Amino acid sequence: MTVRVQTEDFDAGTEINQLRNATGNIGAVVSFIGQVRDLNQGDAVSLLTLEHYPGMTEKALEAIVLQAKSRWDIVDSLIIHRVGTLQPTDQIVLVAVTSSHRGDAFKACEFIMDYLKTEAPFWKKEVTQFEGQTTERWVEAKVTDDQARERWLKPE
Amino acid sequence: MKIQIFYFARLKETLKFSTENLEFPDDIGDLTILKLKAHLAKRSDVWQQMLLGKLKVRGAINHELVDDNAAIADGDEVAFFPPVTGG
Repeated sequence: MTVRVQTEDFDAGTEINQLRNATGNIGAVVSFIGQVRDLNQGDAVSLLTLEHYPGMTEKALEAIVLQAKSRWDIVDSLIIHRVGTLQPTDQIVLVAVTSSHRGDAFKACEFIMDYLKTEAPFWKKEVTQFEGQTTERWVEAKVTDDQARERWLKPE
Repeated sequence: MKIQIFYFARLKETLKFSTENLEFPDDIGDLTILKLKAHLAKRSDVWQQMLLGKLKVRGAINHELVDDNAAIADGDEVAFFPPVTGG
């Protein structure tokens, strides 16, 4: 299990290759990349700043991965989450999961993202442009993200 | 009883506090997240709105998310923050 919180960008290809070449029993690699959109709630976004809680963030992400490991047969996993100031199309997060068969990796990757969205202490603030006016605002948590997490509480 | 409190995101910005150390008399009894919120909310209307308003502030003790009934112990690191929005 690897968890990294960093300001620097990452190369998903390099990261995924390292993960998938680690052992011979990997038959499936599932990855997710989240990136900055240039539009949110109808407003043009020019910058996005990500704040986090150093110390807790890493622990929270590791706890999420451990939960995923207890539910599915995972070989290994990687989470990279960026903090600091980002621009539209910049990468924010990479989650990659390896397993012997695809079902476990697909589910674990989605589970990790759904829990990351609702339990890992990151906060986004965006700078928006509207009719020449620049505004800063905190991004609001979405009910749909809570719902996405809650569906994992139901027995499969 | 001594604790350290951290504030993040909108709370840190609005309250103009990122961290503070607080000391309570030893006979304070059971201090929970909710009791601490109520104590801090007495500081001003802004504190009241931020901690007990519609923001749905979440609490953490020693880096673990907890609910309002969680008990705080001497030496704990407590944090308050809005619902998270990473990913």
